[in-house]
Amino acid sequence: MTIKIWTYIMVGLTFGLYLVIAWMSRVKDTRGFYVAGGGVPPLANGMATAADWMSAASFISMAGIISFTGYTGAVYLMGWTGGYVLLALLLAPYLRKFGKFTVPDFVGDRYYSDTARVVALICAIFVSLTYVAGQMRGVGIVFSRFLEVDVNTGVIIGMVIVFVYAGLGGMKGITWTQVAQYLVLIVAFLIPAAAISRMVTGSFIPQLGFGSSILSGPDAGRHLLETLDQIGQDLGFSAYTSAFGPGNKSMLDVLCMTLALMVGTAGLPHVIIRFYTVPSVRAARLSAGYALLFIAILYTTAPAVAAFARYNMVGTVNEAPYAQAPTWFKNWERTGLIAWMDKNGDGVIQYRAGAPFAGKPQSSGQIGAHGQVLLANAPAPGANELYVDPDIMVLANPEIAALPAWVIALVAAGGLAAALSTASGLLLVIASSVSHDLYYRVINRGASERARLTLGRVMIGVAVCVAGYFGINPPGFVAQVVALAFGLGASSFFPILVLGIFWKRATREGAICGMIAGIGFTMFYIVQTKFLGMAPWFMGVSPEGIGAVGMVLNFAVTVVVSALTPAPPQAVQDMVETVRFPRGAGAAVDH
Amino acid sequence: MTQSTQTTGSMREYWRRNVGYMAVLLAIWATVSYGCGIVFVEPLNAVTVGGFPLGFWFAQQGSIFVFVVLIFVYYLLMLRLDRKYDVHE
Repeated sequence: MTIKIWTYIMVGLTFGLYLVIAWMSRVKDTRGFYVAGGGVPPLANGMATAADWMSAASFISMAGIISFTGYTGAVYLMGWTGGYVLLALLLAPYLRKFGKFTVPDFVGDRYYSDTARVVALICAIFVSLTYVAGQMRGVGIVFSRFLEVDVNTGVIIGMVIVFVYAGLGGMKGITWTQVAQYLVLIVAFLIPAAAISRMVTGSFIPQLGFGSSILSGPDAGRHLLETLDQIGQDLGFSAYTSAFGPGNKSMLDVLCMTLALMVGTAGLPHVIIRFYTVPSVRAARLSAGYALLFIAILYTTAPAVAAFARYNMVGTVNEAPYAQAPTWFKNWERTGLIAWMDKNGDGVIQYRAGAPFAGKPQSSGQIGAHGQVLLANAPAPGANELYVDPDIMVLANPEIAALPAWVIALVAAGGLAAALSTASGLLLVIASSVSHDLYYRVINRGASERARLTLGRVMIGVAVCVAGYFGINPPGFVAQVVALAFGLGASSFFPILVLGIFWKRATREGAICGMIAGIGFTMFYIVQTKFLGMAPWFMGVSPEGIGAVGMVLNFAVTVVVSALTPAPPQAVQDMVETVRFPRGAGAAVDH
Repeated sequence: MTQSTQTTGSMREYWRRNVGYMAVLLAIWATVSYGCGIVFVEPLNAVTVGGFPLGFWFAQQGSIFVFVVLIFVYYLLMLRLDRKYDVHE
């Protein structure tokens, strides 16, 4: 059977599974809709959190980015896992004990202020919308590459599926489909990883193969990483395992980016609300551990895949005559993810440091002397002739490792599972922010259960349409705003949540000023450096890392302003006291 | 929290122990990631263990393993502490 038929079967089977789960976990009340009835076992919540967290970027792009940046890729590996330690120790148990539905719920109650609640809900919506647009786009791209349907049709199919299970089952439907999606995506990631590890090093376990010797070929018997270091230097790149230095980020920048991603992770509302769904404080602590364990399975495999893929790619492609290039190279050349410009006219592919030509490859529609796709781009100076999109490292992996067609189809289903699971978690945050935090808590306290549930479903529909719109008409800045999402998570929520739990004296005025100062500074810096083309003026910290500075600013402003304003009311201080002790954490309530 | 008003001293003690555990675990968290993985990565890279330059291994593998262990250790420590101070669920 062809790859395409297999892909239809795999995607069809997994989508069918999600719909069956959606029907079985449909809900009738707001508690089920917002927090899955508060009865999700820790192991299941761990899997759901892992799927919620790992997006299309983690599944498709991360290994490729590491492959091209070597050591510096550790920013994402540590940044997107280390935040769970902060969540498990500083936030999850206490927010679970507090036991409401959303993050703005906690901010509004702890800081006895609807202004704080509204600031928090605006941050939650903004962060989630930014993120979900990218996921929908990811769904469209997977559809178009593997099933050859139009990107827009792909986005619409994705929208309908998410709307059905998120609308019917709310958090409950989302949770159980995410459990299934985790299993699909992890199997889809591990099978090609184990195969390529075995091919390069003889070890089935990528984490071990990563440090092993190369099995065969010209470098047989040498350690993989040592070989990669040398290959890199021979071609004019810096050594794969070396940190900082020319062409790499500075130590301060790596520190700031890692910190911003860690703290941003701990401040993202769609991750935090997952801890409201478990039955107890103990379960919240345990499910954070399971979540990170399940995430770590992918996150420790990805850097190994990055190294194998780089070794394979350079070995098979560099200095190879185009006529003898492997089939996968020609397959992916047609998608524009890989391109070759024969600048010296020798018919041989040269891979060196530096850009081969200006911009992304633009096919001129003609075929060159060697059968290659000719490009309309202006050639760049330097000897490099090869353009490789980082995504190819995961997408083409099964073909590079010569795996059967069903594995390639499974990777497509895995990419869709990663994108859909994250999208649904984000959509629920958007829907609950409007229907619960804004409508029920601020506008109409007398709304009936039934009206609120209906509004929740309508809001899921609205959010799906907005996300789909941005998926079909992606604003040019989707990639850039991901930095903004983490920067905002880090500089807005994290400091006031931590202070709210660990410092009874933190006041309403402090929290509002802190949030505004943190977000304001972070946003200002990102807009200046990303959109207005200014050089990163704050000690050379890149916009992706500035959230760390915004977070420190938020902490400082909150502490100073709190010290200057009257202490919070006794009832609020008692509430903080209660949150610190596990006993009595009943089911989440909406008062 | 009715019992906490009667036994405020022991509750304060419970909270202090909890914060103590967190401080130690977060110190380890910072040491492996920011210390071994970033600040001291270059001197550690001079040491090679089983094919890995050590600093690189901490940055791309080791710190993640340590993070997982830290959360489970905290879970177990708190399980014991909650029972000892009779605040468990």
